[in-house]
Amino acid sequence: MTQYLDFEKPLAEIEGKAEELRALARTNEGMDVSAEAEALDAKAAAMLVDLYKDLSPWRKCQVARHPDRPHCRDYIEALFTEYTPLAGDRNFADDHAVMGGLARLGDRPVMVIGHEKGTDTKSRIEHNFGMARPEGYRKAIRLMEMAGKFGLPVVTLVDTPGAYPGKGAEERGQSEAIARATEACLRIGVPLVSVIIGEGGSGGAVAFATANRVAMLQHSIYSVISPEGCASILWKDAEKMREAAEALRLTAQDLMKLGVIDRVIEEPSGGAHRDGKAAIAAVGRAIEAMLSDLDGKDRAEIVKDRRTKFLKMGDRGLAA
Amino acid sequence: MNWINNFVRPRINSIFSRRETPENLWHKCSACGTMLFHRELSDNLNVCTNCNHHMGLTPRARFANLFDGGVFTEVAVPDPKADPLQFRDQKKYPDRMRAAQKGTGEKEAMLVATGEMGRTPIVAAAQDFSFMGGSMGMYVGNAIIAAAQEAVKLHRPLILFSAAGGARMQEGILSLMQMPRTTVAVEMVKEAGLPYIVVLTHPTTGGVTASYAMLGDVHIAEPNALICFAGPRVIEQTIREKLPEGFQRAEYLLDHGMLDRVTHRMQMRDELITITRMLINLPPAIKGDLPPPAPEAEAPAEANSTEPPAGSAA
Ligand SMILES: [Zn+2]
Repeated sequence: MTQYLDFEKPLAEIEGKAEELRALARTNEGMDVSAEAEALDAKAAAMLVDLYKDLSPWRKCQVARHPDRPHCRDYIEALFTEYTPLAGDRNFADDHAVMGGLARLGDRPVMVIGHEKGTDTKSRIEHNFGMARPEGYRKAIRLMEMAGKFGLPVVTLVDTPGAYPGKGAEERGQSEAIARATEACLRIGVPLVSVIIGEGGSGGAVAFATANRVAMLQHSIYSVISPEGCASILWKDAEKMREAAEALRLTAQDLMKLGVIDRVIEEPSGGAHRDGKAAIAAVGRAIEAMLSDLDGKDRAEIVKDRRTKFLKMGDRGLAA
Repeated sequence: MNWINNFVRPRINSIFSRRETPENLWHKCSACGTMLFHRELSDNLNVCTNCNHHMGLTPRARFANLFDGGVFTEVAVPDPKADPLQFRDQKKYPDRMRAAQKGTGEKEAMLVATGEMGRTPIVAAAQDFSFMGGSMGMYVGNAIIAAAQEAVKLHRPLILFSAAGGARMQEGILSLMQMPRTTVAVEMVKEAGLPYIVVLTHPTTGGVTASYAMLGDVHIAEPNALICFAGPRVIEQTIREKLPEGFQRAEYLLDHGMLDRVTHRMQMRDELITITRMLINLPPAIKGDLPPPAPEAEAPAEANSTEPPAGSAA
């Protein structure tokens, strides 16, 4: 069953009507509704294109957080073979908000690391809604360093509301863990490519996305703070999230203009959650392309490429 | 842009804080409420003489105490693109900037300088909490990169005093990108084999803590400083329970292994001299107030610092 977002209400009505008609026809022999239902289908399809053509930043936030959107696990299952999860930070625990391990992309062995949000109540709790604790970042550091040691490219998939704001997380050094993960991203002498597949929430995202190449799905977001958080601080009203989302420039399109990311991956009509397979395939092509961009560079060049990219970042503003 | 215009104010003016307000003769301690004589308070580096509460200290006042004879040379910081996102909340970002500049007499939230501390040549950077909460945007990133490049060029240790509510929201994603940018800066200092010492002052939170403030060779905090990633209020809302007394304060972090030391502000300078000199293998220092170093010793540093650091705005 499709879960509709608030701005998709008119669409839900039309799709609902078409469904009702078909259900009616199934129970009443001889009733022909196909012409009517097809007309409704066509109307719905047109409306979908129209709704998603020019999504406002706040609506993009809603789409980026859509529960049916493909998650890290879906991408890993579909795009890689021989995925072998590796667990633990060798220090405290294994953080289930972060999944990662060895895998093959085509023939090429890589290290894949990402945030997993979970898909139902039980798995969401297990994965802590994709909010990592220090152990998660330290596991990622361990895997990145292993990849560096054995010359495997690293692919990160970012989908997190942010690092977990909890008591234990703070006590065990959330800040230090994030800082060290960012440092590890910069240090490893192997290509690191990153895709923001849903939410790129603040420092928790940077810790994975300090990459040679960064791509974003068309309706994903990447921001220093959630629109709700920004609204409650600057507007003193969390309900002003639409305005905040607008002001923060958190869309893939704005980040491309700002030179913060390298490519925008087009989503299927109506967003990745309407056709997960197509979205996953598009992400796969982007990962291949970004990795082949970096082929042939030696360790020093890879490290320098990343440093230069971030040192230069931000000098052009929105002028585009 | 013209680097020369941006550079070198008269060297000695740094001794006198531009924010000194002689009409404010009394100051109330924000912790215990004791009325403190202005002179007494500034002589004690804004630490309450009654309860030892460490109040905010501007980078200029800190440097006046840190460097021998209060003399330091400012390092030019490349100007970033102003208001890169054309950010509007209830106020326009450029208006907030102008208000902060007027209120503090400073250009931005970080000051970088070279000089000698107990005859130990260093580069220092200090964040200004009174300037928009010390928030980290493009300028602060540029300042840390400039500081790192200066340290590498002059082959000196880098000492950084952090103080910030976090990233500057008005620069959106570009403020977030200062986390990797400043981490690159720290990497440059480390690769050159130079000490990078972080002094965490109240408050150091958010993306600042989760980048350059937690990557030092040595971490020293001022007493009772709030140091965290997520603020206590956010955590209480998330876990729906009251946090223990002293949670996320310097002493708590010391107990949890995140800091090397918690040091009173009046002892900080001596401690920094001691540690720095051992790390760069110099003989023990002569402690106490030293007169400014001979001017010729600083001359080459001045001539060199007109070069813009890389990663600067065009
Ligand atoms: Zn007091």
